[in-house]
Amino acid sequence: MAEGAAATPAASSCEVDLGNLMAYDPSHHVATAAASREELRQECLQKATELAQAVANSLFALPPSEDRDGPIVHLPPPTIRLPREKHLPKPKPPTKWELFAKAKGITKRKKNKREWDEQTQSWKRTYGYDRVNDDKDVPIIDAKATDEPGVDPFAQRRQEKKKRVEKQEKNRLENLKKAAKVGALPSHIQLAARALPITGTKADLPKKSRKEDLENVAGMASSATASGGKFDEKLPGEKPPKHPGKHRKFLPVAEGKGMGNLEKQQNDKILNSLLARNSDEQLDVGKAITMYKVKKEKQRRKDKATFPKSDKLKPQKKSLKKSSKKKA
Amino acid sequence: MVAAIRVPKTKRARRELLKHAPKLVETGKKTLILHGTKTSAVLNSVLSDIYHLKRDNAVKYTKKNDNIRPFENGGESSLEFFSLKTDCSLIVYGSHSKKRPNNLILGRTYDHHIYDLVEVGVENYKSMESYVYDKKLAPKLGSKPFFAFIGEHFESSEELKHLKEVLLDLFRGEVIDNLNLAGVDRIYVCTAISPTTVYMMHCALRLKRSGTPIPRMELVEVGPSMDLVVRRHRLPVESLKKEAMKTAEHAKKMKNVTKDPVQGKLGKVYMPDQQVGKLTLSNDIKGLKRERREAKKNKEHSKKQKVNPE
Repeated sequence: MAEGAAATPAASSCEVDLGNLMAYDPSHHVATAAASREELRQECLQKATELAQAVANSLFALPPSEDRDGPIVHLPPPTIRLPREKHLPKPKPPTKWELFAKAKGITKRKKNKREWDEQTQSWKRTYGYDRVNDDKDVPIIDAKATDEPGVDPFAQRRQEKKKRVEKQEKNRLENLKKAAKVGALPSHIQLAARALPITGTKADLPKKSRKEDLENVAGMASSATASGGKFDEKLPGEKPPKHPGKHRKFLPVAEGKGMGNLEKQQNDKILNSLLARNSDEQLDVGKAITMYKVKKEKQRRKDKATFPKSDKLKPQKKSLKKSSKKKA
Repeated sequence: MVAAIRVPKTKRARRELLKHAPKLVETGKKTLILHGTKTSAVLNSVLSDIYHLKRDNAVKYTKKNDNIRPFENGGESSLEFFSLKTDCSLIVYGSHSKKRPNNLILGRTYDHHIYDLVEVGVENYKSMESYVYDKKLAPKLGSKPFFAFIGEHFESSEELKHLKEVLLDLFRGEVIDNLNLAGVDRIYVCTAISPTTVYMMHCALRLKRSGTPIPRMELVEVGPSMDLVVRRHRLPVESLKKEAMKTAEHAKKMKNVTKDPVQGKLGKVYMPDQQVGKLTLSNDIKGLKRERREAKKNKEHSKKQKVNPE
């Protein structure tokens, strides 16, 4: 008990982080210049013993639970927080089917893994190899009124199945791409196109220009003459530019809803503004500003003509002085 | 676009990749130990000693590595690649040059990108082999270490403050809930002897009887010991730091739940807009009168019967 008590005053001056089993004494000053290596070592060991004792004091004070391997204590979380190694796992976005099922109120229900197969009179798995209603177990397919002559129903059946599988694979990839956009791809899957960009590597550099881009640029360059490239000789294999000329849009002439209604609306707007009661009082702000600017410009030119020399030397100051004089 | 997806071909590779996945509560960080084109005998020994201390959770590369200059622009790319490949987020890189003899770079990564770096020079090094002590005291592999940080410079000097955090991260191992008191057997002692120098040593702990439940601690130096002189250091970017400091509580944070001292736990409940038009309705709607409901049912039933004979 005496030793435990002796250790407490040392413990008071240090911070103990029990989660990391760490003790830190910020007050202790080590005299380096005077001490030799051996003295320094002794001093450090002595101080460290105190600190270790301080950690042990709080550690062994925790209530232990007996185990076969020794007493086990529950540590508090560390007070010094250190950064994570990787980001927090991101939630997977719902698949298109999951969204649809939710909208429709469809809930998942459990299916039996095995079912009774009438064809072979045995229990079989519902999916995969040797499943219920497997292609190889169906010897006869009943003819229907809708059957076309000359079509093998067995081949058709196989083809349909193949199509369904392909469609499902396509859907799966779509969903994975969607997940990849959010960064919630399952960790065992990697999109090859999205190789991890490492700073300073090739992935970081701009992409190599494609043939298409080069063609576009060539087309633009060839049309960048006064005549719009009309009289230039075409190079072998050169294609005309993709989007020549302006992109003017005309509203549809025929009346109707939506776009067809747009022209009518535009004309209505103009007419309304013209026929409005106070149309003559309306102020076109843009026009007013230009008028004001033109007027000012004229005035400036006039002034310039009267004092040409002085204006050249100190144009700004002069104008300021003048304006102040005018005001006065 | 099938070629755009890469999936492991074996179950084993798949399991291995799943281990690399980000976790809500992380287990210990792995350490990657490697060196540059030139190393000294001292540095070789330092690296192998660090590997020995962290053997349970470390990867050591033994070949020379060209082009690794973590502090320079573009010089970290292969380091980041190795981090990705080995799934290590603590990096110990040794190099030796005339300008920076016995150079040790301690770095951490976040999402396999460099998070922060501290460069230290190793001086007054004493290897583990040079210590003679009772081998019964030797610390066990993977035991949770104690830490003792001594000196005011750990608070006043920016570099040492940083180094302290990095050293703690490097050696502390996994964050654990339960600790076996019988397994307490080692301590790292770090003393700041000047604003740029840390005297670091590794000691075994001896638990002596004291007559109370709390044992008396005794330290036996088992090595290695060295002086770490801080040279260059790079602190993490503030935004990245904020991102990296997120814990599982951030992910699990409950929305709309508050705690009130008087009323206890309170919750807000938001009802989503009831879209009547989109409701899936069954045939027997309670809103209809019974006669109409039954009439409707009968009508549908008769329809079905009509269809069947055809």
